[in-house]
Amino acid sequence: MNRKTFLIFTMPSFMMMVFFIAIPLFLVFFQSFHFKQDILEIVEREKCDPFGCKTEILKVPVLDEKGNRTKINIWVGWQNYKNILQFEELNSIIKNNGYSWSAIQSIDFYQALRFTITFTFITLPFVLFFGMCLALCVNNLVNRLKGPVIFITLLPFIITPVIGSLSIKWLFIGDGIVTSLLEYILDKDIAVFAKAWSIELLVLFYRIWHTTPFAFVIFYAALQTVDKDRIEAAFVDGANRFQRLRYIVIPHIMPLIVFVTLIHLMDAYRVYDEIVGFGAEGFLNSLQWMTYDFLRLDDSGSRYIGRASATSMLTMIGIVIILIPVLRRVFREQKEKKN
Amino acid sequence: MESKLFNLSISLKVIVGISIILWAFIALFPLLWVFIMSIKLPIDSFASNPLNVIIGPNTLKQVGGLSFINLIFLCFSIYIYFKFFKSRKHSFLKINNLTNNKLISFLLLVLIFIALFLVLFLFFNTHIANFLNNIFEYIPFLKILSKPLIGFTTQHFVAVWSENEFYIQFLNTALVTLGVVSISLTVGTLAGYALSRSSSVIAFWLLVAALVFRALPHSVLVTGYLELFIDYGLYGKKIAVIILLVAINQPFTIWMLRSFFMNIPQDLDEAAQIDGCNPFQAFWMVIMPLMWPGVITTGLFSFLLAYNDYLVCALLLDGQSQTMVPAIMQYFNMETTMTDLVESIAAAASITLPLFILVMFFQKQIVSGLTQGSVKG
Repeated sequence: MNRKTFLIFTMPSFMMMVFFIAIPLFLVFFQSFHFKQDILEIVEREKCDPFGCKTEILKVPVLDEKGNRTKINIWVGWQNYKNILQFEELNSIIKNNGYSWSAIQSIDFYQALRFTITFTFITLPFVLFFGMCLALCVNNLVNRLKGPVIFITLLPFIITPVIGSLSIKWLFIGDGIVTSLLEYILDKDIAVFAKAWSIELLVLFYRIWHTTPFAFVIFYAALQTVDKDRIEAAFVDGANRFQRLRYIVIPHIMPLIVFVTLIHLMDAYRVYDEIVGFGAEGFLNSLQWMTYDFLRLDDSGSRYIGRASATSMLTMIGIVIILIPVLRRVFREQKEKKN
Repeated sequence: MESKLFNLSISLKVIVGISIILWAFIALFPLLWVFIMSIKLPIDSFASNPLNVIIGPNTLKQVGGLSFINLIFLCFSIYIYFKFFKSRKHSFLKINNLTNNKLISFLLLVLIFIALFLVLFLFFNTHIANFLNNIFEYIPFLKILSKPLIGFTTQHFVAVWSENEFYIQFLNTALVTLGVVSISLTVGTLAGYALSRSSSVIAFWLLVAALVFRALPHSVLVTGYLELFIDYGLYGKKIAVIILLVAINQPFTIWMLRSFFMNIPQDLDEAAQIDGCNPFQAFWMVIMPLMWPGVITTGLFSFLLAYNDYLVCALLLDGQSQTMVPAIMQYFNMETTMTDLVESIAAAASITLPLFILVMFFQKQIVSGLTQGSVKG
């Protein structure tokens, strides 16, 4: 394929990515140094009804000659970042309490950072382990049962994340059946949605439940490609089942374990739907949730685009750190190809 | 020798069996429970005794329920549906012989499935079963067959879909997903094809860039354009959501389509070009007919992304233009009574049902799509 046809074919997709991914990234970068808001003025308005008149105090956007809302858009430098990172408050907390995590987490950003990172790295080993176990189990199943089991397994993965977390929430909320079962067994009152740690546990459980099928499908497909002769040879040499798994199967599917890890890190890092679904925003928040929260209309009808941009930029630092090892590997391979 | 080697000992067999059953239970239970709760009155839905939720004594008393006859009818219709589903390839070929057009016969098959569903579950299971129930009630010994056993009410579904006009949200979701799937496939196949046939430096960089973009949190992309969309009156318009979702989906789409295209031997395009096709003709007339499995699989994942999206829709759509998933959350947050809560559960069940059917139909494609991306990527 010559260069011209290549360019024509890739142009629409390339344009799409430039206009709606690359340019927004630059916009976010610039916006993060700006403060943008509708100018509001406080107006006293007299409101009359048949029972008499009242004066109301309203916040109304100021309109220009054309009837559009006037906006301020000023350069504020690092102010947005300072508002989010709150170094002064952090300093005073550290001075008063020492380096205690629970105190530092009273600042939203550090709480979000802590949650996002622990969430990403705690779910990872569970997803890999359960996915692997499930793949090994299904691989040893009778052929007739494989189809239905894969069908059931795919459901948690395919389900809308918000709905999936809602469905688990309904098992636990108030006197949901799992809560009442636990209360019956432990013989004490349990309120899952009253404590941050119990909600966090549920959120972790949900993500493991949701992603294990993905790991399973990949590992299961990989298990089909393991060389049977090598396993037989190992058997003849006296390797037991565990040794065969450890020294032949796992090394064979290692690239796919790396692949699942990478995808899981990317996806878990932008944890968001669970917080919506579980209604956990009072107790937990994640980096992506923070951005969303700034972008929503607040009570006075304004959005904090600048702060949202600043959180986005900070979030992306994490993405870059996750991607660095991958990119380094890709570049090394490309270089080897060239030589 | 081989069979001996790969057979498990009894104890391992037991462990495998138990873990599979346990997993199936954990995977299925929350979803099934949603369905069970949605067909009961609020008192039963939130009863703390699981048996009360399943049988629903209060629902039985106040509304009625399914009798033995109903249950048999239900099992029978599910059986027929599955039977018909299993023969789908056969029926497809039969229809194809009549129409000679793959697309039309595919659409016909889908229509038949929908019609069968409606006939079985909206007519056969309700009117005819109730008719039988009424007859059996007058026969002394068979009376017991028509006695309601399990509490059942569709009132929450009716309330959600007609009183609360959930169909508006359903149509919005349908439009958004349709737009996202069609645009991202059109744009993606072209790029995926070109990328699979080129080993140039630009192709390499494009793929790396796509990988990086794949990792970006979706909120970042919304942040960039939210202000502009609001200023230019695109807020609340579905087109804005469609474009953003297509862009978010694009990196994934081109990676997956590329790996599908790589399975098609390059000799084919060369042969086509020798026969006098230009590159576009070769792509459209020779390669694309072989690509339908890949296109369907990628389309499925685009569909899932658009259908499951909360963040973009919640930020860019409002009120009447809202899609189903954000709408149900607003519903859920507004809820004041137990009835409202069960209605939102019914709405959740309605959102889940299409996904159930999707997995049933396209299980093979989903699995192949997931593994395709990993083995080649």
